[in-house]
Parts: sequence; structure tokens; C-alpha cells
Amino acid sequence: MAEDLDQDGGRPSPDALLEAARKERRGHLKIFLGAAPGVGKTYAMLEAAHLRWREGVDVVAGVVETHGRGETGVLLQGLAAVPTRTIDYRGKAFAEMDLDALLTRRPQLALVDELAHTNIPGSRHLKRHQDVEELLEAGIDVYTTLNIQHLESLNDIIAQIARVRVRETIPDRVLKDADDIELVDLPPHELIKRLKEGKVYVPERAQRAMSHFFAPGNLTALRELALRHVAERVDDQMLSFMRAHAISGPWPTRDRIMACLNDNPLMSRVVRTAQRMAERRKAPLLGVYVETSSHDRLSDAAKHRIRAALQMAEQAGAEVLTVPGEDVAAELIRLARARNVTLLVLGRSRPRWLWPFSRGAMLDTLIHGDSALDLHIITGSAEEKALPELPKASETLRGVRSWFEGWSWLGIPASLGGAAAATAAGTLLEPVIPAASVSLLYLLVVFFCSIKFGLGAALLAAVIAIGSYNFFFLPPLYTFTIDDPQNVVSLVVFLVVAILSSHLAGRVRNQARAARTREARTAALYEFSRKIAGAVKEDDVLWAVCHHVATILRVRTVVLMPGRSQELEIQAGYPPEDRLDEKSMAAAIRSWEYNEPAGWGTGTLPSSQWLFMPLRTAHTAIGVLGIQFSQPESGLAPEQRWLLDVVAGQAALAIERTQLFQDIEDARLAAETEKLRSALLSSISHDLRTPLSSIIGAVTSLINFGLRLDEKGRRDLQHTIREEAERLNRFIGNLLDMTRIESGAMQPKHEWVDLEDLITTAVTRLTSVLARHPVEFEIAPDLPLIHVDYILIEQVLVNLLENAAKYSPDDAVITLTAKTDAAVVMVEVIDQGVGIPKDKLEQVFDMFYRVKVGDRQIAGTGLGLCICRSIVQAHGGTIVADSPVRDDQGTRITVRFPLEPQPRALPEEVE
Amino acid sequence: MTDRARVLVPRVLVIDDEPQIRRFLRVSLDADGYGVIEAGDGGEGLKACVREKPDLVILDLGLPDRDGIEVIQRIREWSAVPIIVLSIRTGEADKVTALDHGADDFVTKPFGMGELLARMRTALRHRVQVEGAEPVFVSGRLRVDLVYRQVLAAGQPARLSPKEYDLLRLLVRHAGKVLTHRHILREVWGPAHEHDTQYLRVLFRQLRQKIEADATHPRLLITEAGVGYRLQILEQEQPE
Repeated sequence: MAEDLDQDGGRPSPDALLEAARKERRGHLKIFLGAAPGVGKTYAMLEAAHLRWREGVDVVAGVVETHGRGETGVLLQGLAAVPTRTIDYRGKAFAEMDLDALLTRRPQLALVDELAHTNIPGSRHLKRHQDVEELLEAGIDVYTTLNIQHLESLNDIIAQIARVRVRETIPDRVLKDADDIELVDLPPHELIKRLKEGKVYVPERAQRAMSHFFAPGNLTALRELALRHVAERVDDQMLSFMRAHAISGPWPTRDRIMACLNDNPLMSRVVRTAQRMAERRKAPLLGVYVETSSHDRLSDAAKHRIRAALQMAEQAGAEVLTVPGEDVAAELIRLARARNVTLLVLGRSRPRWLWPFSRGAMLDTLIHGDSALDLHIITGSAEEKALPELPKASETLRGVRSWFEGWSWLGIPASLGGAAAATAAGTLLEPVIPAASVSLLYLLVVFFCSIKFGLGAALLAAVIAIGSYNFFFLPPLYTFTIDDPQNVVSLVVFLVVAILSSHLAGRVRNQARAARTREARTAALYEFSRKIAGAVKEDDVLWAVCHHVATILRVRTVVLMPGRSQELEIQAGYPPEDRLDEKSMAAAIRSWEYNEPAGWGTGTLPSSQWLFMPLRTAHTAIGVLGIQFSQPESGLAPEQRWLLDVVAGQAALAIERTQLFQDIEDARLAAETEKLRSALLSSISHDLRTPLSSIIGAVTSLINFGLRLDEKGRRDLQHTIREEAERLNRFIGNLLDMTRIESGAMQPKHEWVDLEDLITTAVTRLTSVLARHPVEFEIAPDLPLIHVDYILIEQVLVNLLENAAKYSPDDAVITLTAKTDAAVVMVEVIDQGVGIPKDKLEQVFDMFYRVKVGDRQIAGTGLGLCICRSIVQAHGGTIVADSPVRDDQGTRITVRFPLEPQPRALPEEVE
Repeated sequence: MTDRARVLVPRVLVIDDEPQIRRFLRVSLDADGYGVIEAGDGGEGLKACVREKPDLVILDLGLPDRDGIEVIQRIREWSAVPIIVLSIRTGEADKVTALDHGADDFVTKPFGMGELLARMRTALRHRVQVEGAEPVFVSGRLRVDLVYRQVLAAGQPARLSPKEYDLLRLLVRHAGKVLTHRHILREVWGPAHEHDTQYLRVLFRQLRQKIEADATHPRLLITEAGVGYRLQILEQEQPE
């Protein structure tokens, strides 16, 4: 928004105006914000609602928690209310707001208490604020209440202040997007007084925690937080107002804040801190996870933490990216430069005793590199460890277990066998080489095991090797004791070398495996893009998308797109799917309408078995892609999410491409039709009028001067009339033929035809046209019969002869040949006219194309040859033109018919 | 017109819904010495046919009130009056149907008056011939003696196979009239071969080579595209 105004000086920012317009349609949200429970938010809300009600506004209470307080309950009287819905969960009945009833009731103003409330599983949304969002979208105004401690970005601070981790949080943007905030303020000592008077509702089980929470210091801090938040918001509103009204100001350039996401337990703090900073600075937030080859080796818990971090960042309004790469620091810096990031927020990870360089090195690079980045590093505190987010003991076990990833039981016999072999070899070689060198043989075995069977096997081999070496080669022999301190040193060195080298080798091995995995994934993606790039029809693309996503993610897939009725319908599925259950369909529609993922694993309708992703390009919304895992409990790993994003993006583009292709095709057809229509019009107006003019002229001459004309003059006029009428007749015949061909009504009636017979009939029909053009026949004797439609092929010959006559000078001979070879029967019509330019030989068969002779255009319809081609092709034949024939002039049209097996001979033969 | 004149002048019933067509037919036929009765639709035409008993009927197949074929059938129920059908070019199937239902000949619209008059003359003569066929047929260079089964082309005997002669005799008996493929096949080869048009193609080619002066410009054996064949009646040529 800011940069928009930078450039155009005084014009209101379009974004700001759009934002205002969007808010016009939506319902207005007013939040009654309090610093702590008991300050009287609900009371204030009800009071305000009563005021509106008295103004004549249709106010309905969706859910209001009176907590049995009399004065609040009194206020509720008189106001209409939608009864709550009872949901059974784990044998208990819970009352939840009936969202659907409220949407159906459509009041002007709905009262929804406790915005941060978490819905009972089975409700449409996870959180009540999502319900409120839907009410607002429906154009219903909402009054709601909220305590400052529920704000996501303040969660850490609150935890520090009050020593209570608040579980029910709402994203900051809910508060940010609210149209009005009313701070319900009560000085701390008064609140404490009310608490003591029992006027504050506190659940039994939280008594103790609450009494700590309500300490005067805490309340003051909370109150200050709430006040500050509201003050910041007022500031915001002013800025927004200034932008919308084009008041220029010193807008800062837009920079970005990037949260570096990983499996660090401090992630929630990193995200919240980044979010808070982004909001303070009015900067966009990026959440980035750099996925290295080691990702595959992470424990399930670590993967889960990453997933949670990504999700959390998304909810914090961040743009979330998963970037593949090996060097985390380099990737972060690269991305930071590309996206104009100025501040990087990251958590300092736990140091690892064995591998002190890996992550610390990253920090080092970031700090010492010339990245010009501000770093904000979150460090773990003692308090953090008390939180359940810290790894459990079982997780440490999992870390160890990760060493044995790819563990194969073959590693045990291999390490045993290897050690035995090394022992044997050492025994054999001992007289030749120094005893110390035997250890190198063992090292070889350790190395081999680490490359072949992983770190676990290597460590096992190392232990066995040390034992064997000590037992067989170090004095005293055949005991595990060591005499020489020098040998102790060498044994320790051996151990360190073995562990380090096998760790290295194992890492190489893991990297290779990760590379292979990535390679396979890239190949799958490449294959996918290749397949959808090759598909032209929408159906093909849809099928490719469904099939491919199903294959690479091992899921069931569907694609839904708006059908004819603009309702979302299943367009493709793999394996084919006809319908979705109601809940999934609702999730699909939700995802489509709100352009966000919905269903399983998301915050909206998570009880659906399907996860839906919107398919959307920069230009247009295409539909949604639904996937269903065979084991619904396993989450979507970041790389799967990444894959799904990429595939969904590509699929949307491909589908859009086919749709665009279709549009272009339609446009082209329309243009073509338009061209034809205008050609037809000009042809008709010209070709109908010319003969008609001659006829009318001749007839009127005869009528007016008939008696004064001599015999010859009269006959000339009469012949003109006749010839022109015949010409008109032929033209209309052509038009009719063309219409029949175009409409597909031309159905050849095949019969056995004597070509010679056909030729003579055609020539006879054209007697008057051919009067000035002698026709020479070269007809091979004993031509086979052809299996064609007599009338249509006669028409072809008539058109060809007529053309030949039209383009030939008078008395020039037209040659008509008919011959056959093994495969075809061939008819040629050769004239001695001006011929056809080489580059127009194909075009003459186009509709309404006419060859120009000099600057003169020969009268004709431009339909004759086109009809010929259509007819001949309908018979499985070909027709071509070539020119010149000889002496730079003349045209030859050759028609070829396939030679077919001849019918039965005559039952009775000639003598 | 006197009663005597009425007897001598052949009378033609024109059934066509187009007044312009009826008008020019009336003028031209009148000029050629025919008496003309006009009818604007099928019902009127049938009534006129019963009332006036014309010598020939010219029938347009495209009538507003009923199918032309139906008119032919109704007339054929009680009368053998020659019927010439008017049809458009692409209506080959209609022509064949009309001929198979008893029409004598057809003329394709648009047509020249000369063509129509020739067809009318043939149809009227044929009617006479049926009553007393002549033993010798002459047309152009062709002379066929039906009694002695002798065929001369330009004065020279033409050696015809039995099938060729059968075909020629059939054409001679209906000289000037169009015969549909089915009709010829049924008469020459029998009802089982009604659809074997390839026999016809070959046989006609052979026959043309034997009796026509130039087989590529046939004057006697005319192909009626999509309908059948016709033996043209020409002025007798004197062999040189």
C-alpha cells in the first residue's frame, strides 16, 4: 500500500480504496476488548446492543455467557436470541453457537460472546472467530468480546507476565480487521474488588492459577497491553484514512521480515516475535523453511514441529515458503536479498555435543557474512524448558534412533564378518607389517560398514574392531587388558577416527539418499509438467493431474470445477470418484469460495476426510484439488505440502491453458465463420446479380424494342437470357451443394459406375458451355468400374470442365483423360488457360477463392473446386492441381479414386 | 373451341402450385397446339383428371396439399394416362419413386420448353404404341427388327449377345421413355438382380460400342444420372 502512494503523489491508493470497498459489503465487527476476565465486556456489549435495538436495529444474540450474573442476565432480556446447538462430545453435551441458524435468521446485528472460544470438535470451524468471519461475510454486523491475553502475538509476553500459558488464542489480524474496538477498562484494584465480591466468574479448577493471574502487577501490565494495542490501532486507522484520502506522508519503504522456521522448540516464539515485529513495522512477513537433505532423517516429532511452525506462520499471516537447499544460511541470505528482507528472526538452537559446527556455523555465516541483514535471535530460557513443547525423553531416544535410519540387520553379520576377516588378515600379515598398521585394516571394515549399512552398523563394527584388535594384537594377547599406555592412546585415536569417519561416510550416504529422493521427486514433477504440457484437451489435463498427484503422494484425488450451472462439480478423479460426502463437499466449496485450503488438516471443517486446495492462477480461479490419504491420521509433511503446492500451481496453469486454448479456438472459428459469411455475401450479391442484370436487360430490350430488332439481334438477346439463366441455375446448384456439404447432409450413395458413362453424361450436360471449347478424350479401354455416387462425381466433372472452359481462350482444346493403374483410377482435366500461380495451387480449393487473370476476376462463385474437393474426399479420393502443364500455361486437375475389388462379372457372358 | 376441335387437340392437365410456371406452360403449350387445363394443387388436379379426362398430365412433385407420389398412385388406380413429373435436380430419389409408382417420365426443373415438348410427344406416342407395336424400330443410325431379331447400326449388322439384345429390345419397346435401373434389371436379369447396377454399367458400355457412332458422345443410349437410361428417338439417318 505504501509504495503505491509514493509514486502517484496525490491519488488515493487503489488498495486502500479497495479495502474500504470490501469492508462496505461485509458486516461490521465491533470488539469489546478487555484486559482481563471480569472487567465487564459482556455487560458493555449488551448495553451497546440495547441501544442499537432501541434504534430499531434487528439484534439477535448468538451466544452470550452470563456466567449466572444477574445484572448481565437482565440485560439479555428483551433481546431476541438464537438457541444454542447441543453437541455431544465424548459423552458430554456442549452448547455451541448455532451458526447456520444465525445465518438463516440473518439479523442486522449478532451478539457473539467470547471471540477466542475454541469450538467443540464436530463444529464447522475450529474457532469461534471463524464463525464470526462467516457472519461478517454474510453481511451481518457482529458485536463480540475479547480479552487481550488471547491475542496470538501477545501469547509469549502474557506467559512471561502471568506465568500462565493461554491456550485459546486468536490471530492478530482478527483484531486488526475489526471495524471498531471498544476498550472496556477497569482499574486493577476495582477488578480485584469485584473478584473478591465474587462478581468475576472463575471456573473451579482454575481457582489457584487465577488468583495468581489476578495479582495487581499482572493486571496493570495486562491493562497497559490492552491500552497500547488500542492506541496502536487508532494510529493505524489514521494512516488508513490518510491513504484513502490521499494525504501524503513520510511513508517508509516497504521492507520485509523473515522468520526462519525449523524444528527448533522455540519456533512458536520465533513466529510470534516475527509477527509482532512485522505488525509494528507494518511490514509483510515471510516464513521460510529451508529443507536440507537431513530433513528425511528427522524424527517424526521434529517433522511435526516443522509442520506446526509452517502452519503457525501461515496463521500469523505470513507468506510461507519451503525452499530446498543444503546450505541453510546461504539460502536464507539469497532469499532475503531476492525478497527485500531487512530483518531475520531465528531461534538459537540447542548446541549438540557431538556436532558443534552444523547450526552454529549457520548463525556464524549469517552474523559475519556481508548480508546486511538485521538478526533477531530468540534464545531458549529456563522457563521454556518447563513448557511441554520441549522434547520428551522418548524424543531423545528417537534422535539416537535416527542414527540407525536405513538400518539393515545385515549390518550385524557384516560388521562381525568384517572384523573376523580383518583379524584373519591381520594374523596373516602380522609378521610382515607392524602391529599398529593392523588397526588400519579394522578401520577399513568400519568404513565399509558405514558406507554400506549406515552409522549404526559402523559404530557396531568400531566396537567389535576395538575389542578384536585389543584381544588379538595388543599385548597381553588374548585378554582385554592393555599394558602399553601408548596403545591406549592409539586405541582412543582409533575410536575417534572410526566414529568421525563413519559419521562422515554415513552423512555422505544419507546425502546421496536424500539426493536420490529429491531426484525422484524432481523427475516426478518433470514427468508431470511434461505430461500436462502435452495434453491439449482439458479432460486430458485433468486426468493427468489426478493420476499424477495420486501417484506421487499416494492419495486419492479429485478435481472440482464449476460446471454448467456454476455449481462446483467433480470433473475428474483418480481413482474415479462420483460424489463426495456432504462434509467434504462443504469443505470443497469453502476452499473454492475463500481461496484457501479447507478440510482435513486445516482450520476449516477438519473433520472432512478430504483436503482441498484451491487451483488458481494469477488471472482466474479454476477449481479445487482434493486429496485424501489412505491413513488419515498421518499429517502432510512439508515436502508433501510443497509438492502439492507446486503441482496445484502447475495444474491450474495447465487447465487455464486449455481453457485459453479453447477460447482462442472459439474466437478463431468465429472469425473464420465471419470471414466466410462476408465472402458468401459478396459472392451471392455479385454472382446472382450479374446474370440477373443480363436477363433483365435482355428481356426489357425484347419487350421494348422487340419489333425494331432484326432477327439476329433478337436471337442474340434470347440466347443471352438462356445462357445467363443456366449460369444462375448452376450457381444456385453450387450453393445448394455447398450447403449440403457444410451441413453434413451430403451422404454419398455408392454404386458401381462406369467412368466413361459418367464422363459422357457430364460433357452432354455442359454442351452449351463447351460449345466454344473442343474436348478431347483420352480414355483407356476397359476401365474398371468405380464405386461412387454417380450424381456427385458427375458434379465434380461438370465443375472441372466448366472451370477449364472458363479459364481457357476460345477454341483452346480441353483434354479429358481417364486411366488406371494397380491402385487408383485417375481422371485428369487439362486446359490451356493462363494457369495457376505455384503458391496458389492449394488455395484454389478454398471456399470463395478465385484466381485473378491479370487484373480481371473471372465471374464465378469460387465454390466449384471447393465442392469438388469435398466430394472427392468424401469418396476417399484425392484432387490436386498443377500448373503450368506446358509452355508456361495450362492447368491440370487430377482426381484419383481408390481402385476397389470389382464386382461379380455378368452372369451370362458376351460371345 | 368446337367439340370437333376438342377431340383432335391433345389436352394436357398441368398440376403445379406456381402460377408463373402454369402461365408459361399454358402460353407455350397453347402455341404448340395443346389444350391446357390448370390445377393449383393435388386435390384440384385429381378432380380435374376425373372430370376432364386429359390426354397427358404434367405433375409437379412438390405440391402444397399432398405428396406428388400420392397423386400418381390415385390416378393410376383407374387411369393409364401418361404422367410427366417435374422435379428439382437433387431429387433423384423422388424421380425414381415417381417412375416406380407409374409416372412415365420426368423433366428436371428448370427445364427448356423443347425438352418438355419432346418428352410429351414420346409419352403420347408410347401410348399409341402399346396398343399396336411396330415390328421395326428406327432411330438415327439404329434399326431394330423385332420380328427377325436383327439389329443394324449405320446399315451394318451389329452382333449382339443375347443379353444385349434383351436390353435393346426392352429399350426399344419403351423408346424415348426413361427406364429406371431397377426396371431394366428386373426385366433383363429377373427380380433377384434388381440392385446389381454394375451389370447395367458394363452391358450399356458394350451396347454403346456396338451401336453408337462415338461411344464418348452417345446420341442413342442416354444416361439419366441417378435414375436410369433412355433410348433416344432421333430422325432416321440414311446409311451412306
